[in-house]
Amino acid sequence: MSNRTIAYVKAVVHVLCLLPALLLLRMYFNGTLALEADPVNYITHFTGNWALWMLLGSLAITPLRRLVAGLSWAIRFRRMIGLYAFFYATLHLLTYVLLFSGYDVPAAMAGLRAGHLSQPWTQLKMIWPTMLDDLRKRKFIQVGLGAWTILLVLAVTSPQRVLRAMGGKNWARVHRLVYLAAAMACVHYWWLVKTGVRTPWKVTAVLTVLLLVRLGFAVAKRAKGRTVAPAAVRS
Amino acid sequence: MLLLSDREKEIASSEITPRATFEAFQMNRRQVMAGLGAAGLAAALPRAARAETKIDGLVTTSYAVPDRDTTPEAKAKSYNNFYEFGEDKGDPAKNAHTLKTYPWDVKVEGLVAKPRTFQFGELFHLQPMQQRVYRFRCVEAWSMVIPWDGYPLSELIKLVEPTPKAKFVQFISVANSSQEELPSGIDWPYTEGLRMDEAMNPLTLLTFGSYGQTLANQQGAPVRVIVPWKYGFKSAKSIVKIKFVDKMPPTTWNELAASEYGFYSNVNPTVDHPRWSQAHERLLNTNSIFPKVVPTLMFNGYADQVASMYAGMDLKKNY
Repeated sequence: MSNRTIAYVKAVVHVLCLLPALLLLRMYFNGTLALEADPVNYITHFTGNWALWMLLGSLAITPLRRLVAGLSWAIRFRRMIGLYAFFYATLHLLTYVLLFSGYDVPAAMAGLRAGHLSQPWTQLKMIWPTMLDDLRKRKFIQVGLGAWTILLVLAVTSPQRVLRAMGGKNWARVHRLVYLAAAMACVHYWWLVKTGVRTPWKVTAVLTVLLLVRLGFAVAKRAKGRTVAPAAVRS
Repeated sequence: MLLLSDREKEIASSEITPRATFEAFQMNRRQVMAGLGAAGLAAALPRAARAETKIDGLVTTSYAVPDRDTTPEAKAKSYNNFYEFGEDKGDPAKNAHTLKTYPWDVKVEGLVAKPRTFQFGELFHLQPMQQRVYRFRCVEAWSMVIPWDGYPLSELIKLVEPTPKAKFVQFISVANSSQEELPSGIDWPYTEGLRMDEAMNPLTLLTFGSYGQTLANQQGAPVRVIVPWKYGFKSAKSIVKIKFVDKMPPTTWNELAASEYGFYSNVNPTVDHPRWSQAHERLLNTNSIFPKVVPTLMFNGYADQVASMYAGMDLKKNY
């Protein structure tokens, strides 16, 4: 695939990745979001689901391009989709901070309009103790925040410049944390649903398959290495 | 449904539409609906077809929630935990049209002097129907304010005369046929229970409607209980059997996760769910996306009426 085509495809992928967010915005502006019985719950699930799906999408690229011959160019989209996973995870976290926790958005906005620029901060300070308490007590929040923190590190270290500065090996080592983040995101999901609810099984199954495929690659590589090594010694 | 039950009183039984004819009519309607096919129509139609019926002669009461607005009716009827019809809170409104609410009998049995099976119509007309606006607090930390229509469960209990041995009341919900979609590990049908004094408390409402209309299927039609000082799952839906027993009965969520859902499950801001705080709740009573998060009240604000029943009990242990 030529660089020119890649540029076009990239534009398309950007639009596709932004579509869910745009859809949510549209629902906000046309009022359908408010008609949802529990809009906050809806936004929380919506952003959380897309973060997880994007993350799985970015993890699917490596196995896909190794299994399907013509797809090697897909690597050019891995980082981008990973960054969108971080984008949706951040929206998800912001939903928790600004909507779920009891943060008074209308009061903060009214304060801003009246010229009290510290009002948003004052509001945040009011709910801060509740959030800290949640973080201290709730395992699903800890593991969720952990997953987001990993994604943050990966996002910050994602530019080419940082890769060069870190050196390829170190960079790869850090970026392998993505597996941990994905696993933590699934655990986050399992820990928050009610006992007996099986909804998270689908993403868990997909992640398991993606990780097993990698394990398969690793085993194959090792086996190959063993047969190749003696030859290398002889030469 | 209601029209038919009304007729039961006034018209000789010979004049009531025979069950077979009625069922044929229902089948026919279903086929018509299936034939329409198009997704949009199909989505719109079941709702219209199972439209709730207005309840006549509702008695207004002083049970009100003056400090909170009533939840918009559409929200109360589209956001339901009714796992028999799906795990997502939007699922019951989509799927519960398969619940067949006519004919409907409620069997009252166990440690009572006068066990009896009530036809729905009899139960419906047993007492004048009252409208009571209650706070409704879900264990998931959201809440609504809903006008329920019914009469105190105690009226029914007095009628069947429990023996002195009866210490608990068990409610058994209808066993729905589409159980392959149900969450694992739950031993269906759904069952809930109350202590005798809780069941006799004047707040406990045998509920047939909401917002002046008969219950929508997804709300647990045609008859359920509402126990406003307890988390929502204690208020069993679509009840087919009420059993008086001497021992604390097994209850569905308690069997599934005893550490998370106690038998009592009184609304209590000081006892957290193991995985989330119960100190606050998201009040779903506006059409705004910015939620009002309000402090949860002890016994959901009904402490005056119910706290004495738990005097001397450790509510942290008996959560």
